[in-house]
Amino acid sequence: MLDQSQGYVTADGRQIGGVLMEMKDITLRFGGVTAIKDISFDIHEGEIRAIIGPNGAGKSSMLNVISGFYTPQEGEVWYKGAPRPAMKPYEVARMGVARTFQNIALFEGMTVLDNVMTGRLNHMKAGILAQAIWWGKARDEEIANREHVERVIDFLEIQSIRKTPVGRLPYGLKKRVELARALAAEPSLLLLDEPMAGMNVEEKEDMSRFILDVNDEFGTTIALIEHDMGVVMDLSDRVVVMDYGKKIGDGTPDEVRNDQTVIDAYLGVPQE
Amino acid sequence: MKDIFITPFVDMFAAPDFLLQVLWEGLVSGILYALIALGFVLIFRSSRIFNFAQGIMVVFAALTLVGFHAMGVPAWTSVALTLGVMLALAVSIERVVLRPLVGQPDIILFMATIGITLFLIGFGEIIFGGENKVMITEELGIPTDSWVLEPWGGLLILEQKDVTAVIAAAMLVVGLLAFLNYTRMGRAIRALGDDSQAALSVGISLQTIWVLVWFIAGIIALVTGIAWGARAGVSFALEVIAYKALPVLMLGGLESITGAIIGGLMIGMLEKLFEIYWGQPLLGGNTETWFAFMLALVVLLFRPQGLFGEKIIERV
Ligand SMILES: Nc1ncnc2c1ncn2[C@@H]1O[C@H](COP(=O)(O)OP(=O)(O)O)[C@@H](O)[C@H]1O
Ligand SMILES: [Mg+2]
Repeated sequence: MLDQSQGYVTADGRQIGGVLMEMKDITLRFGGVTAIKDISFDIHEGEIRAIIGPNGAGKSSMLNVISGFYTPQEGEVWYKGAPRPAMKPYEVARMGVARTFQNIALFEGMTVLDNVMTGRLNHMKAGILAQAIWWGKARDEEIANREHVERVIDFLEIQSIRKTPVGRLPYGLKKRVELARALAAEPSLLLLDEPMAGMNVEEKEDMSRFILDVNDEFGTTIALIEHDMGVVMDLSDRVVVMDYGKKIGDGTPDEVRNDQTVIDAYLGVPQE
Repeated sequence: MKDIFITPFVDMFAAPDFLLQVLWEGLVSGILYALIALGFVLIFRSSRIFNFAQGIMVVFAALTLVGFHAMGVPAWTSVALTLGVMLALAVSIERVVLRPLVGQPDIILFMATIGITLFLIGFGEIIFGGENKVMITEELGIPTDSWVLEPWGGLLILEQKDVTAVIAAAMLVVGLLAFLNYTRMGRAIRALGDDSQAALSVGISLQTIWVLVWFIAGIIALVTGIAWGARAGVSFALEVIAYKALPVLMLGGLESITGAIIGGLMIGMLEKLFEIYWGQPLLGGNTETWFAFMLALVVLLFRPQGLFGEKIIERV
């Protein structure tokens, strides 16, 4: 592979920036189970980076390390050119990393609009009192945040369910609301854990389109996990392949698809 | 049969002014039950902890307030200082109890709040002594006169300190709802109550929110302590009223703010009605100690999820 640290041009001619985040020799253990074994890879600014691998390979664990939910025993996470100290999830979120979860994590009791609004929490700075009485800076801030949220809602085509309590939505729409909440934060890095799991073909196509559009229109860097090779090949610029906690492949979809180790790992593994 | 099903209602209609008086007394107690239940609900929603210490916090806040004043501190300065103490308490509880125990089973955290209760009782007795004290009602500028009204040519006496308590409680509830619905921190509290993982992912700090809700619970405790202390004096016996929050929660649900308020008012008024019209004539009185619990049990027989809950409470 050529040196890509300064960025590269994708097969479809998009210019990708330098390294945004780099995982260096990450090892993560749960008691006796080693979920991640000494893995290194990087994520470039503006690319769609996929992590694939069979069930239990350690993909979600890796995303959890990036977002601060898990703290690795060994290794370093570099962000924007500097090593990141051990951080709590909320601190990582405040640095501009937003995420969705494999098993949807939404505020079920709140409406779609309120859920998406929580994505703006980090963009609200006015004092508590000013906010409560809807005054001055708080008011301007709230209006600006509302506007942004409405743009996200339009973008993901969920206007018609804005006021619906999330608990009543079908699965596919919940996934979309979760994406909306993450987008509302205007993240510099968006992490998606199996955004298409459990969806029907049509919903998968919609979701793929949204992911591509987000990357295209806002230039958002995206790291996503997919179980299914096929979907990933269409979406991603580069792919990390994991198996039993180890990295067994890393490259463009074409490179990965033709890699013998990767093919072997997938043989006999039932795919969804 | 007649005594149970007919006489009480005849009495109510014969003297509607007295019925109003009874309902008013019930409302005043009820709003204080509701406040205590609200403290429980806030903490439960944001941390899944059933806070056994809510009741003793009421006593502790009231004792601290009276204690400061006894040292010569002006009344409202004492209130400010007491709020400071409640904030310090919230910070300490988060640091010393919650943070090390996060992720432990709910029952462990529940036991920890029993620990907090015992600590506050012991600590409070060492500092303030065990004897009964008088709430600094007049010093705080709370009027102690009564209004005498004459509805239907009858008689209705409203103690001004009770009216003050009701107004203060109502303002506290309205303020709290505005805070929860329209501020960043309020949204964060509601979010954390719904899904803690998701809350973390949008940048909400568990620790900050916990300190905040325990502090709010402390503020609620102080208001309740002042109001109840003004009626009944300040001592550890106050804690008994805090247990009334349990049936309120059984009725209203552990997670519903509306449930806590309506449940509190209902229990306050129904137990008073029952005591006056059924308890005293038929059962020799003193039914207020158990009526609320029995009412809650009967309701739960028919609606296990409580009056307002949508789902079964499974976490306690
Ligand atoms: N919180 C946890 N506690 C214990 N073991 C875990 C935890 N999270 C993940 N694991 C283990 O780590 C391994 C990798 O899991 P995961 O990262 O979820 O895989 P994937 O997302 O690729 O399916 C599995 O063996 C899983 O059981
Ligand atoms: Mg996974």
